[in-house]
Amino acid sequence: MDAHTAEHTHHELGFWRKYVFSTDHKIIGIQYLVTAMAMAVVGGTLSMLMRYQLGWPSLVSPTLGKILPIAFQGNIMAPEFYISLVTMHGTLMVFFLFTAVLTGGFGNFLIPLQIGARDMAFPFLNALSYWVFLVSCIVIFSALFVTSGAPLGGWTAYAPLSAIPGSGPGQDTGMTLWITAIALFSASGLMGGLNYITTILTMRTRGLSMMRLPLTQWSLLITAVLGLLAFPVLLAAGILLTFDRIGGTSFFVPAGIIMNQMPLDHSGGHPLLWQHLFWFFGHPEVYIVILPAMGMASDILSTFCRKPIFSYRMMVYSMVAISVLSFVVWGHHMFVSGMNPFLGSVFTLTTLLIAVPSAVKTFNWLGTVWGARIRFTSAGLFSIGFVSMFVSGGLSGLFLGTSAADIQLQDTYFVVAHFHQVMAVAPLFAAFAGLYFWFPKMFGRFMNETLGKIHFWFTFAGAYCVFFPMHILGVGGQMRRIYDPTQYAFLQQQQPLNVFISVSAFVLGAAQLVFLVNFFVSIYAGRRVLENNPWHANTLEWTAPCPPGHGNFGEELPEVYRWPFDYGVPGAAEDFIPQTTPIGAVAKH
Amino acid sequence: MPVLTEDKRIIIPPPRRPDDGGGDGGGSGDSYSSFPISKEQIGLWVLLTAIIMLFAGLTSAYIVLRGVPTWQNIQLPSLIWPNTFVLLLSSLTLELGKRAIRKNRIGTMNRWLGLSALLGVLFIAGQLAAWRQLVHAGVYLPSTLQSGFFYILTGLHGLHITGGIIALGFVMVKAAQNRLTAFNHQSLKLCTTYWHFMDGLWVYLFVLLLLS
Repeated sequence: MDAHTAEHTHHELGFWRKYVFSTDHKIIGIQYLVTAMAMAVVGGTLSMLMRYQLGWPSLVSPTLGKILPIAFQGNIMAPEFYISLVTMHGTLMVFFLFTAVLTGGFGNFLIPLQIGARDMAFPFLNALSYWVFLVSCIVIFSALFVTSGAPLGGWTAYAPLSAIPGSGPGQDTGMTLWITAIALFSASGLMGGLNYITTILTMRTRGLSMMRLPLTQWSLLITAVLGLLAFPVLLAAGILLTFDRIGGTSFFVPAGIIMNQMPLDHSGGHPLLWQHLFWFFGHPEVYIVILPAMGMASDILSTFCRKPIFSYRMMVYSMVAISVLSFVVWGHHMFVSGMNPFLGSVFTLTTLLIAVPSAVKTFNWLGTVWGARIRFTSAGLFSIGFVSMFVSGGLSGLFLGTSAADIQLQDTYFVVAHFHQVMAVAPLFAAFAGLYFWFPKMFGRFMNETLGKIHFWFTFAGAYCVFFPMHILGVGGQMRRIYDPTQYAFLQQQQPLNVFISVSAFVLGAAQLVFLVNFFVSIYAGRRVLENNPWHANTLEWTAPCPPGHGNFGEELPEVYRWPFDYGVPGAAEDFIPQTTPIGAVAKH
Repeated sequence: MPVLTEDKRIIIPPPRRPDDGGGDGGGSGDSYSSFPISKEQIGLWVLLTAIIMLFAGLTSAYIVLRGVPTWQNIQLPSLIWPNTFVLLLSSLTLELGKRAIRKNRIGTMNRWLGLSALLGVLFIAGQLAAWRQLVHAGVYLPSTLQSGFFYILTGLHGLHITGGIIALGFVMVKAAQNRLTAFNHQSLKLCTTYWHFMDGLWVYLFVLLLLS
């Protein structure tokens, strides 16, 4: 054992093996984080261009015409370009930011550290997962630069638009790149998920039973199972779609389609089939995004409230319930696509059922905050912000999940408002909370707290200013993915609201620059962390140095004696008791 | 089983350390976990779950499209009957190989493994020949919805079998280096599980295609 451990703790590698082609889970996690942040900058910039068009439709801009001559022909944004912005923004954010940053970034960094292991179960596979992810990022990014343009099908790539290469400028090469990138991303996700499940199940340290796991670990385990069950179905759909595009098959192309006055020689499939397969993946996918956010926010909230998480067991059970239900609700994306009304009622029922475990979690967060002496650090603020955003976005989900209301609201800005709040901004808040919280563990330095708070308040106010008025736009009838709302007389009166949203969006975007500066400057110039456990948290990663060396822990792996939420225990001298403190060894007053 | 040596020391066989069969032997050894199943086995089952979901997705597409008016059944190539027999036989020989190593009969095991790999290759060749049969009958990928599914399902299954043959190749290299013992042959166990699974998957796909 000694020689074995020594091999883990002291073995020096060159720069390339240590920081680039590393199999160390911490480096891979940071690689995922930084790559996903780069994709977020691209995806965010695209959304700024969208808000520019929606705020001031078809504004003549010689400057943008010079920078992007094809997209701004005649110095006005082309409609095809706008739709490709929608597609690329959605794809980049859902897959390459949220899925990657929460499971790839935090999952890799935190799993071995929080369960007291030296690395993942299959470190090489883990590194391979990152490199395949990087290739998929490059492929999707390159779709922005092909001459025929980026894909136009939205992040959902509905058939037959996506199945016929000649159906639009970006639907040829652009769409091929989209499918390739998503297939690579699925493969990378499978390698990651395989590692997460195996590692959490088999490599927990002595004493760390499943019911002593931090909620972050529970959420990552459940997320990995969801990904394992959902992504292969997307891959199956992608395979059929590819054969429709290049093999002449007709799985998703109905018979009798006429394009450019010429009938296509497809023999007749079922376009709705794509929607079913996509949403069978797509709905679990939104939980793949939100569950790790829930887990991380729970742990961080508890740490800064100095109170145990309210009802740990119900937190775990509700996550399990959400993940099971997530597979039987996909039809609520398709209420108006053509569905038996009885089936619509069934999907309404299952969808509303998911509100129950979600509400359990919400009340448990409120119970955690209730009466707490909250430490308002940047990480703590963002975890509270997560709860706020999740509640605001979740409530509008009740309207959309009910088929009677959804038939009115379907494909309007009400939907845009809902999913941005609940599955974009809320996970973003949790990711920020996680970054501020674990940054000292990652780099051995703190991020600047003042800048962090400026970042929080501008992001919090900005996100509400951007997404809350969208509900009003949607009820007023503004369609999702619309290029120019002023073309419709009944939407013109809402244009001032669009201008307000656009200005707010630019402020929100600028606030993220504060974060980026803070993040990258702090890596080199942040205040140094002088102790292992600067936040006085209980979980195992805080017993390791900041940053932990290769192998994470010293000669001996830590041993666990208690759950991770012993904050503010009556009679104890300190308001936190780390998981490694034996039951009898708690210092008393 | 403990063995008493001449100088009165008792040698107990080493605790079952999984060989690096399914994994990559990375630096993550000293885990205290009492979890009863090895990480390689869990990894394999996770992989198989993903494969189940891939084919479940394709199955649901198959069932949905069977309901559209343009669905047309094709005459399945006759060769897939003997191919099925070959694949079932390869599962049997691989199982016999696994039983041989349990009794530490390395030579017997090597012969069975070689035969299994050969049968695997024969199955792939047979499937390709079945494709040729279809082409000769004028049935191509886009001919009907069912022909499209036939090529895609057999093709994907064939790719998975090819992966199994490669894995079996690694096990055979390991066997040739005398790294498999009666106590320690996890890589062969994992490979056999995967192979039986692919066998069952083929029977399932066969029945699915047959019962249209």
